[in-house]
Amino acid sequence: MINRLISRTGHEVRVWLSELGLAFRILFAMMISGLGLWRRPRLITTQIHFIGNYSLVIILVSGLFVGFVLAYQGYYTLNRYGSESALGLLVALSLARELGPVITALLFAGRAGTSLTAEIGLMKAGEQLAAMEMMAVNPLQRVLAPRFIAGLIAMPILATLFTAMGIFGGYLVGVQLIGVDEGAFWSQMQGGVDLYEDIGNGVIKSVVFGFAATFIAIYQGYQAQPTPEGVSRATTRTVVLSSLMVLWLDFVLTALMFK
Amino acid sequence: MPTLWTNSSWAVRFCRPENNQQDFTQSEILFCFVSIQLHKNILRIIRSEQGWGVLNYNGGLLKTQLAVTNLVEINNLHFAYGERPILSDLSMQFPRNKVIAVMGGSGSGKTTILRLIGGLIAPKAGQVLLMDEEIGKPDSAVLYRQRRSMGMLFQHGALFTDLTVFENVAFPLREHTTLPESLLHDMVLLKLNAVGLRNAANLKPSEISGGMARRVALARAIALDPQLIMYDEPFAGLDPISMGVTANLIRQLNDALGSTSILVSHDVHESFAIADYVYFLSEGSIVAQGTPEQMLASDHPYVQQFVQAKPDGPVPFHYPGISLAQDLGLEAAHD
Repeated sequence: MINRLISRTGHEVRVWLSELGLAFRILFAMMISGLGLWRRPRLITTQIHFIGNYSLVIILVSGLFVGFVLAYQGYYTLNRYGSESALGLLVALSLARELGPVITALLFAGRAGTSLTAEIGLMKAGEQLAAMEMMAVNPLQRVLAPRFIAGLIAMPILATLFTAMGIFGGYLVGVQLIGVDEGAFWSQMQGGVDLYEDIGNGVIKSVVFGFAATFIAIYQGYQAQPTPEGVSRATTRTVVLSSLMVLWLDFVLTALMFK
Repeated sequence: MPTLWTNSSWAVRFCRPENNQQDFTQSEILFCFVSIQLHKNILRIIRSEQGWGVLNYNGGLLKTQLAVTNLVEINNLHFAYGERPILSDLSMQFPRNKVIAVMGGSGSGKTTILRLIGGLIAPKAGQVLLMDEEIGKPDSAVLYRQRRSMGMLFQHGALFTDLTVFENVAFPLREHTTLPESLLHDMVLLKLNAVGLRNAANLKPSEISGGMARRVALARAIALDPQLIMYDEPFAGLDPISMGVTANLIRQLNDALGSTSILVSHDVHESFAIADYVYFLSEGSIVAQGTPEQMLASDHPYVQQFVQAKPDGPVPFHYPGISLAQDLGLEAAHD
């Protein structure tokens, strides 16, 4: 019984390690082959349009609603201590340091990540990647690398837009609806938000989350079984793994950045 | 040969079909391509101990006069998926300028041979040689160079669904050449014309039939004038007209490009009509080989069953296992 348990655990660990090794090998090969893309920027801009532009609506709408809720909840707490004038600061710091990068990454994994996995998985199932290889075109460079770089670029931009929209939502509820003083709302925000400590750290988080979410999506698609069930399972894994990875990385980064 | 106008600047427009006919023949198309390349000094002549060759714009061999007679050679090859053996001690030769058919039942390892030659998978033991050079390891520079001399038609076409028919055929040219857009445009139209789909250039793969998709894939496979063209079940699912058209195209393209074609197929009639040599494969080994005429006259039971489409024979109709009577409990199963 114990022998079987040890043997089974050993097998699982071996499989996990070999999967991890393969993932790093693909990541390394993709990054090396991606260096050649500077001569063909159009491959990247097309993907930025596909990944970024198509995620824009869901990001902006979500940002607005998160801003609404933050303003209501923030006012409820601050009002107890007579500090409702700090509402702008609370909304801005919450969004820039934490909610902007995290929620954007989760939405990004659900919207763009699944789309990337399904697209690459179906290309594999339809032998398009094999056809590309047979035409002496490296799919890592032609298909995977442009999507990866586009995800890295799109994610911080989307997170910034999410944060900006959230602050606007907070303003609408806090100032226009509840009646917090407009001058206090903006001046507290301006005085309390640090460019490097708050916004800079938020941007670093969004780049790291973009790296993780995009790579997971691409890797899952590339390694998907070339069947409808395989692509479906890969898409599900993308959402689950990306979400868990983003939350774990958020904890690690927050702990490292915390002073 | 078509007329060649040498005083104008870009190329395909130099060529005019013989007798002012509407369309070019395959050899005329080839002549035009060579003329274009000569005009732009894109051709490079290479020499080696084995002879000489002419490189095309893509770096692939266009014409060769090498001492090596077999373009592809497979020696004592073994391949398995995990523990399951697929090919065992396989040796085959694919001579230059010939159409060679590889035939056999489903699961006999035919497509695996194409994938091994293309370097998509690696053998467990033995060698696959292309022009006397071993096929490179996966993702190696050698393999990518070798693939520039190959074209492959996949069973379902494997067209890029987000690109038009035109862009699908233009894809390898855009990736491997720096030809100006006007020349590339003309070359793609000529390739599509060769498969009869010039007027479908602007359609998406979802807007054309399966047979048409296969022909577009064929145009894409020959876009770089490869030395070796591999066809994976090119006749599967085609209507009789498309089947005949495709079969003729394979033969004509092979002769016009001076290439070698490997044809993996179940279709006896069409394959025998165009092939110079046939290999019969069963359970990963060669069971018979020869010219189509020799195969038709063969009394080998496997060949007989295959050629005459008998439901039972060396290839059993039923999947191996216990009998129906045993399954229904009417007879005791033997240990």
